[in-house]
Amino acid sequence: MAELVNVTIDGVTVAVPKGTLVVDAAKKIGNHIPVFCYHPKLKPVGMCRMCLVDIGTPKIDPATKQVVRDENGNPVIQFMPKLTTACTTPVSEGMVVRTATEQVRAAREDILEFLLTSHPLDCPICDKGGECPLQNLTLAHGPGVSRFDYDAKFHNEKHVPLGELIFLDRERCIQCSRCIRFQDEIADDHVLQFHDRGRGMEIITFSDPPFDSYFGGNTTDICPVGALTTADFRFKARPWELQSAQSICTHCAVGCNITLNTRLETRHGGFEIKRVMPRQNEWVNEIWICDKGRYVHHFTRSEDRLHLPLIRREGRLVESTWQQALQLVADTLRAADGEIVLMVGDRIPNEDAYLLGQLGRAIGARVSVSPNVPSHYADVARAFGVGKDADFKRLGRGDLVLAVNADVEEQAPVWFLRLRQAVVDRGAQLIIAHHRSTKLHRYASAIHRFEVGRAPEWVQQQAETLAQALQAARHALIVFGDEHLDGPRARALAQLLANLLLQSGHAGRSDSGLLPLYPHANTQGVCDVLSPHTALPPAARVVWAVGVGDPQELPPAGFYIIQEVLHTALVEQADVVLPSLTFAEREGTFTSGDRRVQRFYRALPAPGEAKPDWWIAQEVARRLGFEWRYNSPAEIFEALAKDVPAYAELSYAALSRVVEQWPPIGREDLYYGGTAYDNTGGIGARYAAEAETRALPPYDVTIPEPTIAGLKRGPRMLYRDGELIRRSALLRARMVSLQQVA
Amino acid sequence: MATFYGSRNKTMERHVLLRDIDVPNIREIDVYLANDGYAAWKKALTTMKPDDVISVVKDSGLRGRGGAGFPAGVKWSFIPKDVFPKYVVVNGDESEAGTFKDHQLIDCNPHQVIEGTLLACYAVQANTAYIYLRGEFYEPAQTLQKAIDEAYARGLIGKNVLGSGFDVDVYIHLGAGAYICGEETALLSSLEGQLGQPRLRPPFPAQQGLYAKPTVVNNVETLANVPPIVLHGAQWYRQFGTEKSPGTKIFCVSGCVNRPGNYELPLGQYTIRELIEMAGGALQGRAVKGVLPAGSSAPILPASALDTKLDYESLQAAGSILGSASFVILDESVDIVWAARKMVRFFKHESCGKCTPCREGTHWALQLYNKLLSGYGTLDDVNMIGEVAAQMSGKCFCLLGEFATSPMLSTLKHFRAEYEAFVRAHSGGLRNGYDDELIREHVIDPAGNLIAGAVGQKRH
Ligand SMILES: Cc1cc2nc3c(=O)[nH]c(=O)nc-3n(C[C@H](O)[C@H](O)[C@H](O)COP(=O)(O)O)c2cc1C
Ligand code: SF4
Ligand code: SF4
Ligand code: SF4
Ligand code: FES
Repeated sequence: MAELVNVTIDGVTVAVPKGTLVVDAAKKIGNHIPVFCYHPKLKPVGMCRMCLVDIGTPKIDPATKQVVRDENGNPVIQFMPKLTTACTTPVSEGMVVRTATEQVRAAREDILEFLLTSHPLDCPICDKGGECPLQNLTLAHGPGVSRFDYDAKFHNEKHVPLGELIFLDRERCIQCSRCIRFQDEIADDHVLQFHDRGRGMEIITFSDPPFDSYFGGNTTDICPVGALTTADFRFKARPWELQSAQSICTHCAVGCNITLNTRLETRHGGFEIKRVMPRQNEWVNEIWICDKGRYVHHFTRSEDRLHLPLIRREGRLVESTWQQALQLVADTLRAADGEIVLMVGDRIPNEDAYLLGQLGRAIGARVSVSPNVPSHYADVARAFGVGKDADFKRLGRGDLVLAVNADVEEQAPVWFLRLRQAVVDRGAQLIIAHHRSTKLHRYASAIHRFEVGRAPEWVQQQAETLAQALQAARHALIVFGDEHLDGPRARALAQLLANLLLQSGHAGRSDSGLLPLYPHANTQGVCDVLSPHTALPPAARVVWAVGVGDPQELPPAGFYIIQEVLHTALVEQADVVLPSLTFAEREGTFTSGDRRVQRFYRALPAPGEAKPDWWIAQEVARRLGFEWRYNSPAEIFEALAKDVPAYAELSYAALSRVVEQWPPIGREDLYYGGTAYDNTGGIGARYAAEAETRALPPYDVTIPEPTIAGLKRGPRMLYRDGELIRRSALLRARMVSLQQVA
Repeated sequence: MATFYGSRNKTMERHVLLRDIDVPNIREIDVYLANDGYAAWKKALTTMKPDDVISVVKDSGLRGRGGAGFPAGVKWSFIPKDVFPKYVVVNGDESEAGTFKDHQLIDCNPHQVIEGTLLACYAVQANTAYIYLRGEFYEPAQTLQKAIDEAYARGLIGKNVLGSGFDVDVYIHLGAGAYICGEETALLSSLEGQLGQPRLRPPFPAQQGLYAKPTVVNNVETLANVPPIVLHGAQWYRQFGTEKSPGTKIFCVSGCVNRPGNYELPLGQYTIRELIEMAGGALQGRAVKGVLPAGSSAPILPASALDTKLDYESLQAAGSILGSASFVILDESVDIVWAARKMVRFFKHESCGKCTPCREGTHWALQLYNKLLSGYGTLDDVNMIGEVAAQMSGKCFCLLGEFATSPMLSTLKHFRAEYEAFVRAHSGGLRNGYDDELIREHVIDPAGNLIAGAVGQKRH
């Protein structure tokens, strides 16, 4: 625990850790010193001068080096000759800060009046209007009128594409450099900079392609004005028209907390998602999300959405009622005599997957996951994953991050941010082994290379050295991926890494453990609640595929039941099609790659008659004679928690727990407003790794020979050139072409 | 070359800094060597410990000549002993209006600057020095580079200098034309190839300067004082100047005088009036109206202050600063409003844009001056200038923004009546003879009419 120092702000004394900035100390006691350039996630620069306050320190007698005291024995406070920026000044013992004096009040008004001399009167048409720190602070602290000659206002370009996805309005920019600093300090993509000087100083991008970053969207959140907007959201809605629903991103295993902003639209026949914003969860994504998470939501209103059940009649799929489709499914399953394969995809929430699994077992089906889903090592991750209370924030000096066969920025972008901070800002050691370079390589203290697909062999050969390196570390986090590995070899890799943890004494320790790079939001959860067969199932009479997307191959079967949200290629092969819901239209829980179980909430009405997967499973079950009466995912979760040992201690109530987070960022806050949504939906909870609860033996590992199929399994990229957004004619239409930018 | 310097400005029996006045061709290394050149350097390397050099400079009381007047020896003693590498950076940005002393030193006595730089390196144990020159110093840079090359050739710079085991290299870097890059932290950023904007302090350059390593930044003239101090001792140096302002100082005199140029004088011995007389007196015998003691950055002093002594303390007591001692003399023919606008325009042009009050305030102030000068100003606008300046004052990130307020506040303080008379005389937008620059800026057309809405339409 850092040393505490006492500081008195407007008469209120508070003890804060040494090194805390005055602006944060004040915030802690509800004194909101206005800021523009300061952002608690970025290093202070002190350039906007909005946070000027009067700061004094106890007078020290130069001779005795003792605090000088007045006749009452109180220390004499010496105030600085000028006002000082609260965002750059760390507190010191006995410091006295005055924020309510006439001088400070006038200074705030002065700075705002200056800023507004260069600011257009755009509020009525500005995307930030309504959640704009400049608007808010002007109302709170600004002058009512400007004395600046309106004719002399500043004019500048208003629609500058900085990249394909971000526009800059040069008139609105208040030169706070938050965007530059985010790109430099957090994303480590140095793509923005100031150009020119004085009033001509403006934001430019100098990368090729322009604004080349996976995290660029975050700059539009932290921009304190409407200078930066996304191509996707600009001019699409006013903030106060938006409804918000707390949700979880489904695109990778990080499980970023997001808010879905929706608005009633006639064009799409109901509510639609207008934008995705980060939602604060300091244990997961802080206040950031990657661009995939931000922009990939248009599929929820894709033309390809399935609205009604379909049944194949005379070779063609025709619309039917649920009654007909469910009866057909039930009859077919009953007649299949257990020769059924039930395959579940890894975007299906825990409750739905659980109920499907229950049904599958009850009718003797072979329950498995989609062949796309790397299910072979989920049990290893369950046993040796990071500890229940592990916290990225704590990783730092003395700790070791080992990245094997992992491209963290591609496969779990926000984890890249967190690991980078642990290494670069807090001094954790990073060892990387991969057959190619990744962005994380920039920070490695040791880089090893192996032949493509030879990660397990490399770990086996290096076991002794690696174990030593691990042993020397306080905590050890091992992040790994399955690039160029088939299931059994990926499992061998996971087991070898688990053995390293055992050997070095890190197994079961809180901030140590495995961090697998799964492809989607619920890979771990689906494997946890289904206990699936891992091998590709043999031929069957009936294949029932739920949310499996477009797998390379399906087992041969006489009858295909396809349960999907979109009209995929697989649907063409179906005998019955059951339309289901995306994460945005239902509620449930996902289990992230680090085994944090998190709730998401419903944001949109169902399209047509599409239904959640759990409802479909229950309706089929009832037609097969099972008396299930679940009314909601909450009830199913209760049953699940009783049944799946790892989840025994979890409950919906526990997952919905909210705690106070620092920095306090959210809707109510005047100066970080617009940055991210506050978390009222719950921060989720991680279940304990088995190794935390009991001693586990090492795995007896034999590495299977590589298969051609395995070697061919390329890196699972979240970001592919020109393919940021699948099935999104909408976003594509909004993106700026590169020619336009150049 | 350098014909504008000469012995006509001889003010001392033997100059300490402007030795080119006493010794012809001292910029040639052989001449310099024959006149005690590099004797201090040899003395330091062979007989002194680094701390001895710091002590003698401390004892001499030498104060920084770049503007702030901070004691050089004290600054050197802040450099941590155990962190390597360290750097000495020589500030030759010389961008303050009316300042041209470093220029003459580099042109005419370059070896003394180099020798001072080397002594600073030895004192703080830095193995590398960068001399940062303003971009326009293209030719002085060549002179200086030639001198550096000569010193290398004589083994005075380089590896194991004079067998002492001390290695030192000296490099020149040319800026790109920004006043702000004379501010030491902006200079360091510029030297690193970053945007030329000042940095937050702390950390101070002595802790984390160039490339985040301990760095001494000193003005060219400051360092030129060091060789004679090391050679002759602190007591010898203190024979010049006053107790608190020891030594000699180069005064750059320009403006309405008959003989503008550099004048080296012991600090505190003469008055402003005497300095003007040395410079040939005011043009055509006109009366002096005001004096800017440190170019545009210092508050103007009215004629009533002409008997102020030329040292740091006296000028401060008179309500201005000595700064870089670039005295711009304004006589009765100069219109103060016009002069103030020129200075405000300079700051508006040089504002780096980092902080709000300076970036926006200088722009606003210039708008107001443009309005006055084009004949459309009112008394409200005059008051507004004072308010804008007061609104900037004390809130800027660096001193440039604070400097920018001084032409406004000090001219209003001493010459408010002139502003009011100006407004009365020119109301109605008459062409007034001062507007060439405004015409260039397209604020008023050649017929003298304000172009509607033109003010502020320009992007810069
Ligand atoms: C806006 C501004 C411009 C400056 N320009 C110069 C300059 O051109 N040359 C210079 O030597 N110092 C200049 N300074 C002062 C430097 O910041 C610094 O104080 C000086 O180089 C220190 O050297 P000294 O201690 O030898 O004077 C400037 C300061 C400010 C605030
Ligand atoms: S674009 Fe926004 S974040 Fe970037 S400097 Fe301008 S105001 Fe700040
Ligand atoms: S890092 Fe992963 S979970 Fe987070 S926003 Fe990106 S894709 Fe979604
Ligand atoms: S006062 Fe501010 S804008 Fe002006 S030069 Fe200094 S940092 Fe730049
Ligand atoms: S200067 Fe402190 S918030 Fe900008």
